[in-house]
Amino acid sequence: MANDKIIVVGGGLAGLMTTIKAAESGAEVDLFSVVSVKRSHSVCAQGGINGAVDTKGEGDSPAIHLDDTVYGGDFLANQTPIKAMTDAAPKIIHLLDRMGVTFNRTNEGLLDFRRFGGTMHHRTAYAGATTGQQLLYALDEQVRSFEVDGLVNKFEGWEFLGVVLDDEGRARGITAQDMKTAEVKTFKSDAVIMATGGPGIIFGKSTNSMINTGSAASLVYQQGAVYANGEFIQVHPTAIPGDDKLRLMSESARGEGGRIWTYKDGKPWYFLEEKYPDYGNLVPRDIATREIFDVCVNQKLGINGENMVYLDLSHKDSHELDVKLGGIIEIYEKFTGDDPRKVPMKIFPAVHYSMGGIWVDYDQMTSIPGLFAAGECDYSQHGGNRLGANALLSAIYGGHVAGPKAIEYVRSLDKSYEDLDDSIYEAYRKAEEEKFENVMNMDGDENAYAIHKELGRIMTDNVTVVRHNDKLLETDKEIVKLMERYENININDTKRWSNQAAFFTRQLWNMLVLARVITIGAYNRNESRGAHYKPEFPERNDEEWLKTTMAHFEGAKESPRFDYQDVDVSLITPRKRDYTKKNEGSANK
Amino acid sequence: MSEETIKLNIKRQENNETQPYWEEFEVGYRENMNVISALMDIQTNPVNAKGQKTTPVTWDMNCLEEVCGICSMVINGGARQSCTALIDQLEQPITLEPMATFPVVKDLQVDRSFMFEGLKRVQAWVPIDGTHDLGPGPRIPEKKRQTSYELSKCMSCGVCLEVCPNVNDNSGFMGAAAISQVRLFNLHPTGSMNKDERLEALMDEGGIAECGMAQNCVQACPQGIPLTTSIAAMQRESSFHMFKSFFGSDQEVE
Repeated sequence: MANDKIIVVGGGLAGLMTTIKAAESGAEVDLFSVVSVKRSHSVCAQGGINGAVDTKGEGDSPAIHLDDTVYGGDFLANQTPIKAMTDAAPKIIHLLDRMGVTFNRTNEGLLDFRRFGGTMHHRTAYAGATTGQQLLYALDEQVRSFEVDGLVNKFEGWEFLGVVLDDEGRARGITAQDMKTAEVKTFKSDAVIMATGGPGIIFGKSTNSMINTGSAASLVYQQGAVYANGEFIQVHPTAIPGDDKLRLMSESARGEGGRIWTYKDGKPWYFLEEKYPDYGNLVPRDIATREIFDVCVNQKLGINGENMVYLDLSHKDSHELDVKLGGIIEIYEKFTGDDPRKVPMKIFPAVHYSMGGIWVDYDQMTSIPGLFAAGECDYSQHGGNRLGANALLSAIYGGHVAGPKAIEYVRSLDKSYEDLDDSIYEAYRKAEEEKFENVMNMDGDENAYAIHKELGRIMTDNVTVVRHNDKLLETDKEIVKLMERYENININDTKRWSNQAAFFTRQLWNMLVLARVITIGAYNRNESRGAHYKPEFPERNDEEWLKTTMAHFEGAKESPRFDYQDVDVSLITPRKRDYTKKNEGSANK
Repeated sequence: MSEETIKLNIKRQENNETQPYWEEFEVGYRENMNVISALMDIQTNPVNAKGQKTTPVTWDMNCLEEVCGICSMVINGGARQSCTALIDQLEQPITLEPMATFPVVKDLQVDRSFMFEGLKRVQAWVPIDGTHDLGPGPRIPEKKRQTSYELSKCMSCGVCLEVCPNVNDNSGFMGAAAISQVRLFNLHPTGSMNKDERLEALMDEGGIAECGMAQNCVQACPQGIPLTTSIAAMQRESSFHMFKSFFGSDQEVE
């Protein structure tokens, strides 16, 4: 009998961890990525990874980490998987350490930990301020050793086009396209794991990498996978405004003592410290973002009246800054020319992360049997708002679960993909080839990149920090108009070889589809919770809205259909979220 | 809106089998632009400086903050990342060329799989027994960690290979990046258990002996990795290793 065979789509932290887990069990893995996996967006994560290792004698524990995460997420996330994740976190950090991650150390040579938002504990392990890059490299290296052993086949520079479903609706492989030659092929397996990251590029400029279109997640949604809590988009409080990108300035800057301020009545005003005496600059991201937004947009107190406030590290020892925050200090210097060791940085909030994503059960399996999801593309760990340094954890944890659960699933099947008729695969391949031909033949007078710019603008203006129902409705109408204009795109380059515009055009459609899920999901949810804030409904409403949004695809021209699922609150009873005082739940543990 | 424009002269090529040609572009100037945002403007409006419709320029980009390593190209004669190439700091017309050491895919896009093959060859990983829970890793002094961290920032961007006169088809030289990775993994307490295998890979054909000490790599590395220090250290280590192998079996076992 042949080896167990799975396909992993995406080579960031979640995809690589899934791959390692599966290969380690002896399974064969085909790993697909649009870029060389070493260039995945995980490299952009800066501040660190959470785990209650408690090396500072503070009495931290996975139970407190659980409570901080649930409370930080405004009680929207199912609690059972969060408990599993926070319990696993210290072991995951030790594993990464054993793989050679260059985590900062204490005087005794132990792992150092720093503070992050939404907790009172030093819980974040870090490698300078390029932790994501260092973790990704460690997993990339492990996968490379499995590649040498012949268990992993990498398909880098291939784009995922969809899942192949058998007659019973089970995932049995994928169709993908070589981005150089444009060749469309099907690949067979008994399980597929999506680890395709977030959809930040839907918002035009964000802190995300250019590949983060959400296109792959949108494709499986269009094939019937449920997309959950799409309206929960995290806007990070501190990024450098830029012409091509909004570059993240890590929360770790505040974890290491950075202060947010602006001038008021001619004097520095530390507005977060004033309003939130316990957490200060380390309130969760949704709160810091709303405060900065309010100070700049409503009170017009941004620097020189512009949409910017200071993030100040200039009072800190410059050698310590280099050791602990070198990576972000260099980024700031390179792109602005100013030295954050000497002058305060100028920052403004930027779209950063999607808490929502493909719906998964507690085994990371989506609503399509045999199709799993892990990492930012799945919805499961963060509820209404993600705590800083929980993303790297959830990505790796997701892979940690998805890999073994996919293998377990594969072994439970009574027939394998090898027993299926080839015609199933052939039909999928042909359909995708036809779709690509249609894209190649687009000869209207619209430009895909220009349409994308407009999508980004309307989404950023209306579906981020503050949301109004009338504007959300209008935004959905605008998206539908963009979908009509899409039909009139000109592909500009009709050559097949490495035609980036053709690939982008196809991704753009998938972005438009997902943009509707995000926008209408936000319109429907008439309350304020975590990152989702409506001035018309300023309070959290557990009676009506303590539930997961479930979006179903109804057709290319149709609005998504929504239903709702109860939230698992089996471990911690929901209580009011109020960061003007300490989180009582965590203090009591 | 300023009427100022940016002039770009871009070396283009349909694919690896066709002849390259140059095409000039002009795009509108805005504050804080980099080479990538200028190229994005060409994507949105693919028209050259003569006002003729043309195909959008192909190049690779991703993180746009110099941590992913994908957007390397030769800008005004120097290999670097295009995301940190700020328009205000560049002389015009700005010339953009693909890195010449690697096969061109299309326009400014190149194929760097050679670099990842190099990482396989030198076994650039810490071998672990498995991902099951085996408790904490080895203690490591913070100073040593800082050395490792500097080496571990290598993003396989290829700039050090591009500027090296010895990396070419004739030498098969793996280049500074892979050599420096040997130093990284041989520094790690667990990684060092396989240091001999890595050194032997360095002493093979296309290995460390091909380095001609031009020292261009360390100047060009966008991450400031001390590549020549790594090369010198690995030359020393591989010499020791050769002597130990030559004089027989009484070598120290670590």
